[in-house]
Amino acid sequence: MDKQAIVLHPEDNVATAIADLEKGDTVQIAGRATCIASELVPFGHKIALAPIAAGQAVIKYGENIGLAASDIGLGACVHVHNIDSQRGRGDRAGEGK
Amino acid sequence: MENATFLGYRRPNGAVGIRNHVAILAVMDNVNGVVRNLGQLIKGTVPIPVWYGRGQFGEDDVLFRRTQVGLATNPNIASVLVISLEKVSAGKVAAAIAEKGVPVEHLSVQDVGGTVETIAQAMRILQKMVRKASQQRRELVPLSELTLGVECGGTDTTSGIASNPALGYVADKIVAAGGKVFLTETSEWMGAEQVLAARAVSESVAADIWKSTGRIEADARARGVDIRGANPVPDNIRGGISTLEEKSLGAIIKGGTTPVCGVLPYATPAPTGGLYLMDTAAPAAESMTGIAAGGAQLIIFSTGQMNIMGCTVAPTIKVTANPRTAARLADNVDVDVSAMLAGETLQQAGGRLYGFAKEVCEGTLTSAEIFGDEDIAISRLQPTV
Repeated sequence: MDKQAIVLHPEDNVATAIADLEKGDTVQIAGRATCIASELVPFGHKIALAPIAAGQAVIKYGENIGLAASDIGLGACVHVHNIDSQRGRGDRAGEGK
Repeated sequence: MENATFLGYRRPNGAVGIRNHVAILAVMDNVNGVVRNLGQLIKGTVPIPVWYGRGQFGEDDVLFRRTQVGLATNPNIASVLVISLEKVSAGKVAAAIAEKGVPVEHLSVQDVGGTVETIAQAMRILQKMVRKASQQRRELVPLSELTLGVECGGTDTTSGIASNPALGYVADKIVAAGGKVFLTETSEWMGAEQVLAARAVSESVAADIWKSTGRIEADARARGVDIRGANPVPDNIRGGISTLEEKSLGAIIKGGTTPVCGVLPYATPAPTGGLYLMDTAAPAAESMTGIAAGGAQLIIFSTGQMNIMGCTVAPTIKVTANPRTAARLADNVDVDVSAMLAGETLQQAGGRLYGFAKEVCEGTLTSAEIFGDEDIAISRLQPTV
């Protein structure tokens, strides 16, 4: 049986896994084409529904939840290793932003 | 919203409680031992120990006292015994409580003559207070008397997908009935301000939303730190939350879909029915303390990975949509809406949560109440001198 992921908004480029997705699993996403997990995407984590280039916005709830920190491939796990928050970044205060 | 009523305790000042506690309030931390012991000795009481309360000044002191008095005058409290080390502070806090029309007495340990005498005198006062409270009966009151605090903690991605929408469904029903709702945790509006501001009743309310989160941005810049060290927390990240923006966009859903009527300071009552934002810290203890001190009788707490904590003064319902949490931490879960991930509708799941919330308003105990997973923590603005 295909595994499921939930997409919350038509503009989203990620869906949330509601089962542990193994590499190669075919994932059913309501209202979207099926997608194949390119790596482990654990329950509750996000899977890329399209390639997301470094610096592009990751969209969930139809809103920007951060920028891709590196190129993210279709079906990849999207999490803290490849997405960068833009808020509360006092650590960048010296970068002239 | 026909028949939107519940059985509650009508207070002399007109407010309606969903519990009938006698509060034992510590004015400052040095009497916490007496307050806790009295809570063990006399049934029907809730001890409210505090940290600090001495040596605070300026805005910090104002905030502390407003919160303390707000907790003691929450409609769930029938009467209050105030205990302090000395009589000036005991008298001041008791006067502030009396001004709100809540029956109150006070004792000072120095004047009564130490721990043993204070406990003896307090036991007699509390016996009378508890007896009197027990003579009151619930009566039918409109749901518009209810103030609901919506909280989330131990958040994961199931929160934004399912448990927060279910909670938002309940919040909308309370607002539709003329009640009040508090949405708190200011750092968890960051990245979602545009959504909240678009629902603000006026430009000035929208500006207040941006101003509140702007203060946190300015603080992060001034300190040169990335607030990711503090929010999202490790259990959020384990649960699939990647950024504060993602957490916030899921978090605000628990406030429902109604207009944002205003942004209130910490521990401040809502002036009218409707959804209000309250400017609070994100951790549950501080946030729920602000909510209860603002007069909320009930808190519904949405959780993914599970935060077990409830508020001492306002019964706290735990709702989760994470099926693994619902199974593994079942003891702490009051309402399981994980079926939403498998197709249960918002109306069904939200309706179940609303039904349980009404039951709790009428006396059904929550897991956090039964286990005593309850506490308070008053936010601090500056160091004590």
